[in-house]
Amino acid sequence: MPINYYIFLSLTLFTIGIVGILIRRNAIIVFMCIEIMLNAVNLLLVAFSKMHHLQGAAAMPTAGTDGQIFVFFIMVVAAAEVTVGLAIIVMMFRNIHSIDINFLNRLKH
Amino acid sequence: MIPVLFIVIPLVSGLALFFFKNEKPARSFALFSSLISLVISILGLTAFSSGQHLQFAVTWLGFLGSSFSVKVDGMGQVLCLLTAVSYPLIFIATWKNQYRKANNYFALMLLTQAGLMGVFVAMDALLFYFFWELAVIPMYFLCSQWGGEKRIQATIKFFIYTFLGSVLMLVGIIYLYSKTPEHSFSIEAFYKLGKTLSYETQEWVFWLFFFAFAVKMPIFPFHTWQPDLYEQSGSSITMVLSGVMVKMGVFACLRWLLPVVSIASYRWGDVVTSMAVIGILYASLIALKQDDLKRMVAYSSIAHIGLMGATIFSETYVGFQGVMIQMFNHCINIIGMWIVVDMIEKKCGTRKISELGGLAQRAPSLAIFAMVIGLANVALPLTNAFIGEFMMFNGIFSSSVTQYNIVFTVLAGIGIILAAIYILNMIRKVFFGDLKNSTARATDTGWSENFVLSVIVILILWMGVYPDSLLQLTKEISETILSNSDITSLLTKH
Amino acid sequence: MQNALQLAWLVPFFPLLGFLITGLFRRQLSKTMIAIVGNAVVFASLLVSVWIFVQVKDGNSYVAEYFNFISAGSLKIPFALQIDALSSLFLLIVTGVSFIIHFYSVFYMKEESREHYGRFFSYMNLFVFSMLLLVMGANFVIMFIGWEGVGLCSYLLIGYWFKNKEYNKAADKAFIMNRIGDLGFLIAMFWILSKTGSFDFAVVFSKASALSTTDVTIITLLLFIGATGKSAQIPLYTWLPDAMAGPTPVSALIHAATMVTAGVYMIARSNVLYSLAPLSQYIIAIVGLATAILAATVALKQNDIKKVLAYSTVSQLGYMFLGLGVGAYSAGVFHVMTHAFFKALLFLAAGSVIHAMSGEQDIRKMGGLRGKLKTTYFTFLVGCIAISGIPPFSGFFSKDAILLSTYEHNKILYVIAIFGTLLTAFYMFRLLFLTFNGNFRGTDEQHHHLHESKAGITLPLIVLAILSFVGGFADIPEIFGKGGNRLTEFLAPVIPLSHGASVSHSTEMMLMFIPAVLVLLVIVYAWYRFKNYRPSEEKGLGKILENKWYVDEFYDKIFVKPLYQLGSFLNKTFERSVVDGLVNGVGKLVNYGSRQIRLLQSGQIGSYILLMVLSMLFVFIIQFFLRK
Repeated sequence: MPINYYIFLSLTLFTIGIVGILIRRNAIIVFMCIEIMLNAVNLLLVAFSKMHHLQGAAAMPTAGTDGQIFVFFIMVVAAAEVTVGLAIIVMMFRNIHSIDINFLNRLKH
Repeated sequence: MIPVLFIVIPLVSGLALFFFKNEKPARSFALFSSLISLVISILGLTAFSSGQHLQFAVTWLGFLGSSFSVKVDGMGQVLCLLTAVSYPLIFIATWKNQYRKANNYFALMLLTQAGLMGVFVAMDALLFYFFWELAVIPMYFLCSQWGGEKRIQATIKFFIYTFLGSVLMLVGIIYLYSKTPEHSFSIEAFYKLGKTLSYETQEWVFWLFFFAFAVKMPIFPFHTWQPDLYEQSGSSITMVLSGVMVKMGVFACLRWLLPVVSIASYRWGDVVTSMAVIGILYASLIALKQDDLKRMVAYSSIAHIGLMGATIFSETYVGFQGVMIQMFNHCINIIGMWIVVDMIEKKCGTRKISELGGLAQRAPSLAIFAMVIGLANVALPLTNAFIGEFMMFNGIFSSSVTQYNIVFTVLAGIGIILAAIYILNMIRKVFFGDLKNSTARATDTGWSENFVLSVIVILILWMGVYPDSLLQLTKEISETILSNSDITSLLTKH
Repeated sequence: MQNALQLAWLVPFFPLLGFLITGLFRRQLSKTMIAIVGNAVVFASLLVSVWIFVQVKDGNSYVAEYFNFISAGSLKIPFALQIDALSSLFLLIVTGVSFIIHFYSVFYMKEESREHYGRFFSYMNLFVFSMLLLVMGANFVIMFIGWEGVGLCSYLLIGYWFKNKEYNKAADKAFIMNRIGDLGFLIAMFWILSKTGSFDFAVVFSKASALSTTDVTIITLLLFIGATGKSAQIPLYTWLPDAMAGPTPVSALIHAATMVTAGVYMIARSNVLYSLAPLSQYIIAIVGLATAILAATVALKQNDIKKVLAYSTVSQLGYMFLGLGVGAYSAGVFHVMTHAFFKALLFLAAGSVIHAMSGEQDIRKMGGLRGKLKTTYFTFLVGCIAISGIPPFSGFFSKDAILLSTYEHNKILYVIAIFGTLLTAFYMFRLLFLTFNGNFRGTDEQHHHLHESKAGITLPLIVLAILSFVGGFADIPEIFGKGGNRLTEFLAPVIPLSHGASVSHSTEMMLMFIPAVLVLLVIVYAWYRFKNYRPSEEKGLGKILENKWYVDEFYDKIFVKPLYQLGSFLNKTFERSVVDGLVNGVGKLVNYGSRQIRLLQSGQIGSYILLMVLSMLFVFIIQFFLRK
């Protein structure tokens, strides 16, 4: 399968994520959009990793594997982030009884 | 070693003063330190005649091609002398003034003195820049901490003006430095370089330097920081500013501008002289209408400095001599003027000319002092300013670098008529006529004031009758500057 | 006896000493002491001056350099004094008249408190010092020091009663008008220096013939501008009448006898230059004559006794300049001398009248003083006769010398000048008749108070009256017998004798006596006119003359007001909005810009992200297009 398909899919996912962040106000959905963006990147990393491996395995057996290692890192970090993020959302809901991010413009003040 | 002492004594005592607790010892210590500087500078005068101990150089930032090289030449001697003379006068004249955090105040004053001395003796461009800033930065704090209500605003104006000027000057210095073949900041290297630079390059450097100096002098139209700042800052600070600090600009033109970029100075001479002459008339006319004594003196100072600016760019030997002697005289006169203004304000509680009157009846001694100082300001013969202005007018008139010398002389001459008008107006309205509410209870001068004013009057008369004592000092350096900025030989080359 | 003249420095030194003593110790010394010191120093100067005069008469002259005043490269200005015929004559006039006036002041000013008494004498001594410096200076700079010095003293003395605002304004006016003239002098000096390389009289005059006519004309005209300021000529004369605000002895000393003649002295001193510039001479003659006539017409209608005398001074100075302008330098100097005598006399006598009238100066309120003030009246009469030019009083000879030269030079100027002398006679005798004849028009209290002044005041009057009578014989014309024109011959070393086309003796006689007869007729007419004087409102031309042709108002409108308006405009409008506005404008722009940009920082995370995304897109697009 040509690499282009993966790229387009990843791009679509990423765009969905960005648009979601920009237009949705529900913090949980924004959160999910961030996850989608991360996974779009993951997908791309894995795809390129496979591609590089196929091209360079003859010269070097481990060619392209670092991309997959990155993916694991990202998944771990994303999992950590989700726990922290969800905790924040829960705290936010407890404090202001809303998870609308437009209430979170306190940075300005 | 003398130039080093000039810098080190105020620097060390200034730093030490930060650790003082009480006002009285701080005050006495500051006076003591300034007196030591004065004694050294007077001794230096005698050493000058024998020519010893006036030079000092050690490597400093050697990797940059800069060295701690200081030297007192004739012009430096005059300016160091005036710095050294003015500080004790200022301290004694304002002896009874109260200051918040007096130790800091005196410390900053002395740091400024160190910077001023450094500027006058520095023979290395980087060192010069360093002292230039050292003189100005404590000044910012002085102006912003001690003064009138709107002092912050005035100080910011001052800060932005001078800082912009300094930065541009730094660019100019670094540019010249990069052009020197041996990568050196020393003044000789700059002088040598100046002779080889093309006109276009000189032009850029000229304006980079000149802006900094013009702001400091100040020359019209870069002057607007001055009246505001003089009005707002405390009298002793104003005395330092107008008595000594504005001379930095005049001095720097003579040392770092004319000899270095002489062709550009020659080509732009007419423009700069016109600015200066316009400034003389402009400031004098404005001084006519000032009601605040401080603002009036400030504008009169702009007019006087304008004359110096015009003379510098007319590039004559007599003119240079006149500028150098006038730097000293102007310092004495304007400090005297500020002391009088300060005393009027203290005695009557106001500086508004319209609210004053008949003060001569209550304070005859002050009236006499004010009269003598005022007449010195209008350059009456046998007062010091006459000598300076006479020579400067002579310089402008006999200038060979401009075709408009007669026009400049006449216009600048109208300035001295206007000076007579506003000074006499002021004296008439403040000292003569009937008493008013503000002056009804005024008292005459006290001992410290009498002492300082007498010293000033004696200096005024001495320099007015026998100016040769100072003129001898500056003979050589005037010739050096003139020969270094001699354009006739350069023009043939380019 | 060359060495005898080494005492020359004593002449200005004594008054300087007097100035220092009376000035610094005015609170310690008693009034008697102050008077003694103040007079003694001037008297000492007078004695030395006489001694010097005798030496110079024997043909000595002397230049002494004391120290380097200014030296810078080729510019060397020594502090040098010079004694020659001209300066020794002026020394005599200055110290002589000054001494008489100092003596008079002792009594005239006796009401003043000790401190102010001391102040008065210190100023007077300083004035004498400056005047002597002016006269003795051996170069233009030293002369200029004295030149400005007398201006300063005039300022100080006019404003002597410093509580009075009007007086102070008059003082300011005097100083500033003088300053305007001084600028001309100053520039003339620079011009001289640049052309001859020296300020020294000897050097400058010896090189004068090598100068181009343009240079000489410009130099002489600039010097003349200086002279118009100091000697109150058109257009700078208006300060002198106002200067009458000072005490009367001051008016006599400064504004009549000595200081105002400085311009004449200076031109006579530089006669070498002026002789080379016919155009300048012509202008001087015209200006002098115009001033003489203008001031005389104004004097016709003035009612303040001192104002009349002031305008007559301006008018007489005009005659001196006329003399200088037609090349009769020695006649001009001669008139300076006689004028010093009779004008000092007139002023001092006026002072005596004012004293008697308890400070009243308005002649409309006087009249009939002849009976009570006999000495004053007779001396005043002598003064009037002298100034009107009736033989054999001094004014006749000096004025005749000027008129004769004018006749030789230009007949039209001569006729106008004769007209001026008639005016002079008319206003002087109007003054005399209104003051001393007719009935007393003041209040009863003043009438009761009327008295002749004490001997201390009348004695100087008598001395001056004698001098006014005999002064003219110093330069009696040759046609009255051998041994005439002695003053002219005395001055010959400085002012070369002119060998112009001389008129025949019969013409000269006629030219002398026709004006004298006319003057007598005018006096008779004046007597007829003012014998029964009633004060009345002036109309038409009279009103214009009473208001001095409105020149002061004109100057005020044309120069003073616009100057202040310009200052006000620059201060309020230009400085605030243009110069400062430019600076503050830059500051405001930065401020405004940052305020606008600040709006982007809304605190909404969404907008930040949007901005981020848009910027990224922007970068990509740029990248994309740059690739292509």
